[in-house]
Amino acid sequence: MTQATGSGRRAFLIRLVQGASLAASAGLVWTYVLRNQARATPFALRPPGAVAEADFHALCIKCGQCVNACPYETLRLATAWERMPIGSPYFKPREYPCLMCPDIPCKEACPTGALNADLQDIEDARMGLAVIDTENCLSWQGLRCEVCFLSCPVKGKAISLERRSGVDGGLARIVPWVHSAHCTGCGVCENRCPTDEASIRVVDASLVQGRMGAHYRLRDHDPAGLMVFDPPPESAGSERGDKDSVPGLDALNLGDWP
Amino acid sequence: MTDSHHEPGAAAQPRPVRLYRLPDSLGGKLWVWRYLVLRRLTQFLVILLFFATAHWAWGLLGEPLLSGNLSASSVIGLIPLADPFAVLQILFTRHLLATEVLIGAVIVLVFYALVGGRVFCSWVCPVNPVTDLAGWLRNKLGLGNALHLNRSLRYYVLVLALVLALVTGLAAFEWVSPIAMLHRELIFGIGMGLIGVGGIFLFDLMVVKHGWCGHLCPLGAFYSLVGRVAQVRVRFDERTCTKCGECIRVCPEPQVLNLNQAARHGLVTSGECTNCGRCVPVCPEDSLSFDLRPLIRRHNDIQ
Repeated sequence: MTQATGSGRRAFLIRLVQGASLAASAGLVWTYVLRNQARATPFALRPPGAVAEADFHALCIKCGQCVNACPYETLRLATAWERMPIGSPYFKPREYPCLMCPDIPCKEACPTGALNADLQDIEDARMGLAVIDTENCLSWQGLRCEVCFLSCPVKGKAISLERRSGVDGGLARIVPWVHSAHCTGCGVCENRCPTDEASIRVVDASLVQGRMGAHYRLRDHDPAGLMVFDPPPESAGSERGDKDSVPGLDALNLGDWP
Repeated sequence: MTDSHHEPGAAAQPRPVRLYRLPDSLGGKLWVWRYLVLRRLTQFLVILLFFATAHWAWGLLGEPLLSGNLSASSVIGLIPLADPFAVLQILFTRHLLATEVLIGAVIVLVFYALVGGRVFCSWVCPVNPVTDLAGWLRNKLGLGNALHLNRSLRYYVLVLALVLALVTGLAAFEWVSPIAMLHRELIFGIGMGLIGVGGIFLFDLMVVKHGWCGHLCPLGAFYSLVGRVAQVRVRFDERTCTKCGECIRVCPEPQVLNLNQAARHGLVTSGECTNCGRCVPVCPEDSLSFDLRPLIRRHNDIQ
């Protein structure tokens, strides 16, 4: 203020506006960096019980106690410049899925409430949703893979096997279906998928899940629709062990090969 | 800095100004560097405890010894600790926090209010060895400042962090903090966060002396405010002081060694003092020493 010409008040006001402008420009850059970081959200699968992402961003203090509490190598803290929001816990199912501990130690370790203390049953966790790339799924392409179905911890509920009639008179296929009502997003299926790149993947549900809207009134509305798979043991046995049909992999060899 | 002309207390005969000389013997040197050695040990130990709990499963009574990092942690699963500034930012995002982390923040806040807020800066913060190295190196190279920054800039950064927390709904500083990046990545896995510390090193070395810790860091600003009520302080005995200026030469926050003010109170009052103890061993007259605030007046009178 000493260098100011004119009245002291004028100099003071100028300094005030200059200071405010500096704060505003710094604040804008800072906000840009923050929003850019937070934008990476949909790529991060959170530990079980994570609150809605915007709240998670605010509440997670990035302490890593969930990471330490995890008995496996599932959880990691994002380092700077990763595609994940900085410092926050996430997991990559293809590298190490969530093995769904019944006592949910990661949630227990969270000091801030970013992982919701109300989550009691790990099967109620919604870390993401498994989606199938039917173009590359072995089962969908006619092989008897079913690894995802067999490895799913929410057995028979999150992933079911369905019979699907063959294309152009080809052989019927047994294909996996995912049921969002039960899928926890643990990612064991993605981890176990035998294709070079996983053909079943867990993603943030908001990226793939639609919402029909309440105004649709469906006749015979069934939330699981065709996807329900609850075969009685006898029928499953008779279907697969039918003496007249060729069992297992041999059937595949007979179909399309000369 | 020459002899003072008016020493109200024992000013009968002006004392000759002696300058500080580093002892030749190794033992003497180590004694002079005692606080430096202790600070480095503490800084290392804190990170080691976090790291060993995370990677080597160090525990006590069957519980993890010190789980978490400097943002929030838990001692043997029992005592929560939390960075009060990080918690304050989260509160500014208008989110309700779980009790555990609030208790942790209060514990840490009370601790630093007693021992000195910026004890965190010079005894715990992992950025401190980095900026100390930059400071030492720029001294060796005889580098000057490239630009002038006001030391109160950090308080504006602090306010800005809280305003942005309110506006963006994110704990603004925690998302960009090079301090958090450093300890998080030291403990949980190295990533590009170390670049932030590299930036601080370069800035401190080439641009502004003590640029980050002494001018910009909002966490340091926060702890400076906490440190105003600190009970552990550097006592200043005016009667033995010759105003040689050695203390000010080694102090990373030399504005706190306002000796006139220190003489009035018998101690270094500013919350910006980090209790690093650099000044204590280099005083040729032993005029500076660590003491407890309630005892300082008495001690100064007795001597």
